[in-house]
Amino acid sequence: MNMRTWFRTGTPWIWLNAAAVSISLILVFGLLAFIAVQGLSFFWPKDVIQAQYTERNGQITRLIGELHESEEVSAGRVRDSGYDVVIDETLYTRHLLKTGNRDSLGIDFRIILDKDLHELSYPAGLMTMERREWGNFYGYLKSVQQDGSIVAEGEASRAEFEARLERALALYDQIHAIEKGDIGEINYEIERLRLKERSLQLQGDSDPLKQADIVEQRQQLDQRYSVLQKQLNELYTLVKRDSITAEVMNGQQVVIPLAQVVRVYYPNDMNSFEKLGMYFSKLWEFVSDDPREANTEGGIFPAIFGTVMMVILMAIIVTPFGVIAAVYLHEYAKQGAVTRIIRIAVNNLAGVPSIVYGVFGLGFFVYFLGGNLDALFYPEASPSPVFGTPGLLWSSLTLALLTLPVVIVATEEGLSRVPRALREGSLSLGATKLETIWRIILPTASPAMMTGLILAVARAAGEVAPLMLVGVVKLAPSLPLDGNAPFLHLERKFMHLGFHIYDVGFQSPNVEASRPLVYATAFLLVVVIVVLNLVAIHIRNRLREKYRALES
Amino acid sequence: MSGTLARQNWRLFKDKAAAHGIAFGGISVILAIVVIFFYLLYVVLPLFKSSSIEAVSHYSLPGSTQDTLYLAMEEQTEIGSRLSADGSLSFFATDDGHIISTEQLPLPRGSRITSFAATAPGQAAFAVGLSNGQAIVAKTAFQVSFPNDVRQIVPVIEYPLGQAPLQLDKSGSALSQLSFQLNEEAAAFAVANASNRLSFIYMEKEESMLEDEVTLNIQRRELEFGSTIRRLLLDKDMYELYVLGEKGGLSFFSLDDKESPELVQHLPNLSTHGKVTDIQFLSGGISLLVATDGGSVSQLFPVRDEEGQFALTHIRSFNSHKAAINRIAPEYNRKGFLAADTKGNIGIHHTTAGRTVLIEPVSEQPIHQLAIAPRANALLAEDAAGQLHFWRIHNEHPEISWSSLWGEVWYESYEQPDYIWQSSSASNDFEPKFSLVPLSFGTLKAAFYAMLIAVPLAIFGAIYTAQFMTPRMRKLVKPSIEIMEALPTVIIGFLAGLWLAPFIEMHLAGIFSVLLFMPLGVIALAYGWSHWLPEHIRNAFPEGWEAAILIPGVIIIGLLAYYFGPVWEAVFFGGDLIGWFSNTLGIPFDQRNSVVVGFAMGFAIIPTIFSIAEDALFAVPKHLVNGSLALGATPWQTLTRVVILTASPGIFSAVMIGMGRAVGETMIVLMATGNTPVMDFSIFQGMRTLSANIAVEMPESELDSTHYRVLFLAALVLFAFTFVFNTLAEVIRQRLRRKYSTL
Repeated sequence: MNMRTWFRTGTPWIWLNAAAVSISLILVFGLLAFIAVQGLSFFWPKDVIQAQYTERNGQITRLIGELHESEEVSAGRVRDSGYDVVIDETLYTRHLLKTGNRDSLGIDFRIILDKDLHELSYPAGLMTMERREWGNFYGYLKSVQQDGSIVAEGEASRAEFEARLERALALYDQIHAIEKGDIGEINYEIERLRLKERSLQLQGDSDPLKQADIVEQRQQLDQRYSVLQKQLNELYTLVKRDSITAEVMNGQQVVIPLAQVVRVYYPNDMNSFEKLGMYFSKLWEFVSDDPREANTEGGIFPAIFGTVMMVILMAIIVTPFGVIAAVYLHEYAKQGAVTRIIRIAVNNLAGVPSIVYGVFGLGFFVYFLGGNLDALFYPEASPSPVFGTPGLLWSSLTLALLTLPVVIVATEEGLSRVPRALREGSLSLGATKLETIWRIILPTASPAMMTGLILAVARAAGEVAPLMLVGVVKLAPSLPLDGNAPFLHLERKFMHLGFHIYDVGFQSPNVEASRPLVYATAFLLVVVIVVLNLVAIHIRNRLREKYRALES
Repeated sequence: MSGTLARQNWRLFKDKAAAHGIAFGGISVILAIVVIFFYLLYVVLPLFKSSSIEAVSHYSLPGSTQDTLYLAMEEQTEIGSRLSADGSLSFFATDDGHIISTEQLPLPRGSRITSFAATAPGQAAFAVGLSNGQAIVAKTAFQVSFPNDVRQIVPVIEYPLGQAPLQLDKSGSALSQLSFQLNEEAAAFAVANASNRLSFIYMEKEESMLEDEVTLNIQRRELEFGSTIRRLLLDKDMYELYVLGEKGGLSFFSLDDKESPELVQHLPNLSTHGKVTDIQFLSGGISLLVATDGGSVSQLFPVRDEEGQFALTHIRSFNSHKAAINRIAPEYNRKGFLAADTKGNIGIHHTTAGRTVLIEPVSEQPIHQLAIAPRANALLAEDAAGQLHFWRIHNEHPEISWSSLWGEVWYESYEQPDYIWQSSSASNDFEPKFSLVPLSFGTLKAAFYAMLIAVPLAIFGAIYTAQFMTPRMRKLVKPSIEIMEALPTVIIGFLAGLWLAPFIEMHLAGIFSVLLFMPLGVIALAYGWSHWLPEHIRNAFPEGWEAAILIPGVIIIGLLAYYFGPVWEAVFFGGDLIGWFSNTLGIPFDQRNSVVVGFAMGFAIIPTIFSIAEDALFAVPKHLVNGSLALGATPWQTLTRVVILTASPGIFSAVMIGMGRAVGETMIVLMATGNTPVMDFSIFQGMRTLSANIAVEMPESELDSTHYRVLFLAALVLFAFTFVFNTLAEVIRQRLRRKYSTL
């Protein structure tokens, strides 16, 4: 077969079509794998290198840090970045080195050329330290001090450091518990008292008993506060006791108080098994801790919590409404042109851009409903809004509206697949229509509703654009659920995984340092959503098989 | 027995109640959905509501019977102030004209007022020029207090430069014309005396370090002007002076250097529409409004030409008045103005929108004086019969018109008319630019590049999956691609912005190389497979697995082409493709550009298009395919002549739904483009889309402001656009489904 006839058979075009599928598949799985690798490698304790580096001016310096990325670049680009090289076809290897130590070096990252790197080694004893401020620290531990006087030096200092760090972390936990928990509660109570006082004022109620009661409660709170404050001061003096001295890459000796340290490890001395342990410990920290340093370090627990709360509320709102609408459309409404139009409209709403729902939510829920709620029920809080500002409730409502079509469509599909025999059997035994629906049809179609709900949840969990208008913030001071009555605070703003990705990736001052964390967050979100979708697909497939069995 | 009956009734009742309840619930849910549309419309509609004015009261002139020099209102429109030619300033209630208080300007003995000038309206300061060459500067102020929670406004008069008259003309000749501006640090006067001598006087406050007293540093410059001076105009920032002559000529002096004012331009004839009757600055002090007895008002402002020289240029005219215009009163903060004519009509006009909002008769008599309230919600007009008319104005959104949203508008300080979106700025005198054209353009541009990537991949993929793939593989492939539809777009956007954009910048040649060589490579691979591969290997793979076989092939071709990229970049473009584009072709490169958006958003809409197109193709009745094959057509001929033709409406609707999704997508464009609202076809430039614009600006727009409503309009446009597209697609699909069932 020569070329021309081969082309005329159309075989090459079929191959091209096949290539489109291959490319799509490569893109899909490549993307998932890329996010997984980038996100999961974040927690692996990287070895720390030490090397001699010839600077552009010929000076030789010592570099210590983690190698992050390497790439091949053309000579032209190397020249563009200020190196004196001849432009030819040579490719240069360029590394991104995380040197950390922002406090003593000024920058976290350096871009270095491989050709200028000598005596690369992974010396034992290099220490990686995660801190509450200034990012990671890399260097050599020299000594441990208590109140400024050295208690351990050289080899012995490592064990001493570990023991004292444990104590410092325990103290820090206590401080954190008091600051966030107890003092937060007192502040909340004081604010409630203020609102109560203001509302009495607005009502013109000048009952001295009530006033005295408020004064007394306030005094009690102030008293509790001063006790706590004293406790805190004591803890702070305790935690400030110890510090360490360490050597950074330019030979400088720095003193770091133990109160600053979150975690310390010596990656070059660890075997794979220990690293694995460290890996899971860091992973756990990521999902269970609060963010640090403007969200660029630490965990994402508040974002996970906020997403889950919002999605649960949304599910509670959307399920009954979606199911009722579907039951009405399928069981009660007269089938005809009108229902067909409604079905098309409902279907299309799933295609309306999510930002439009956000605009609607902001205008209708937040400003209109929220503003009126505030005027009616919270005059004492004015001029600061309670519900007249973006918050959890409005976010859930907006997303419920957004996902309503998903639930309606899925439920209707389930209803339409219930075999006629079941329905007619029930009716012929004398059951009313309601009883048939309630006892026979809905239970049979419940997996379909479940599918719809899961798909709705998956969609809501990943949606960001409308939430930016109706309730998410980059850093919420408190969770929407806490120990202060009424426990669930629907008016509060919350953090969200998707928005966290946008915010940390694009609004943070130190994008390079926070990027791995964004990948990890993205991976978490992808896993949640893919799993939810797979579950939904699985349930739907099982349901279809069940119906097939019922029909035969 | 009665127990069962009761139970029966109870059951029936429950059934009935549920039927009603569910119907009510169902209908209300569906209505709730409709509410979205109507709420958006409800917010948008006031933009297009026509404005109105209504008479509140009219009364004879309060205070002195002499001519009115100055007429104004305070912010709450409760108190008006009127200065008459004898120097008495009356404060009166606007609703019935009763006098609240009267002040007399401290005119020196024997002098009378010969000229008058007011500052930019927001300052409420004015100066009177006297017959002895002196001038007095005064200012009205309104002190608001709330005794017993009731608002009380007390008018007062202040003398910011002292009560003593300032000797502006050294010779003591009467000031025949005067213009005056005042700010915290300085005061500026332009005066013409009785012998037509023009001078510019600039007084700078100097605070001495030792004592607390303020001294005025006075500079005086004489200026040349040929004919009799009729009007002087100083702009509020004291950078420009306009001098209007008796014969209609206008001189434009630049005051950038206060020591030596410089003549920039002389227009021999300012107006071609008749004699100039009034001339005022539009708010902001950039544009001049020129009214004529021919009934037209023209807007002019200095425009920079090619050599960087400013020249006063005619921008637009308002010709809707039928009679000679007597007075114009610019709004305080917006770019609108009132014009009153000799037939007693008052018109409201807006310059940016280029439209006359309304014209209504206010009086039977010609109108002599006109004042607008600071919030542009009321007006005072004095007619020839000595009556003062007080009217309310309802005109919330004059800046919006069809032409200001969708047309080219010549904005202040721009060199030519343009489509600009710039909704806010730090300055108060800012002219908001609400052209939706750059945003719509950006939306369509982003969608176009996304479709360019997505349509071929998705449709070709759908064709193969539906027609040639083995069922076993299809069962895996379809859900894997479809699951990507659920992938949050924030993740795709994040990857596009932080990973893909720098990657493309670094490896542009490699990317282009892959796009170019991929189809060629695949065909070469296919040729090799069917011609050179030994038969027994080929037969080990049944037909319908090509896509799986190709996966390693595509990866290898991709990697080869990618690594080959820098080679041809070095050979043909000196190792710098981006530099070649920007230097040789003049296409500047922006890191977050259309290519990035195309790839990212294309990837996001592949599953949508793929899924719907595949459904349509797969549902083509098998007997059609089998019939065609049985008649001897090759699989490819069957596909192009039978399958695609039958399923084309379905493919079309898939493309439309994909387009709808691309148009409304927010997070990807927000993160993968620079979000600059430029109108540029360049593939290496970014854009700002309607949806991203909403996401960026909505949180900071003020409730019920024009900006807020315009953003709602953008949302409504998106809603309507996608709704129409999706409905069309849905209707087409339903018709197709019916067609299949009859085939």
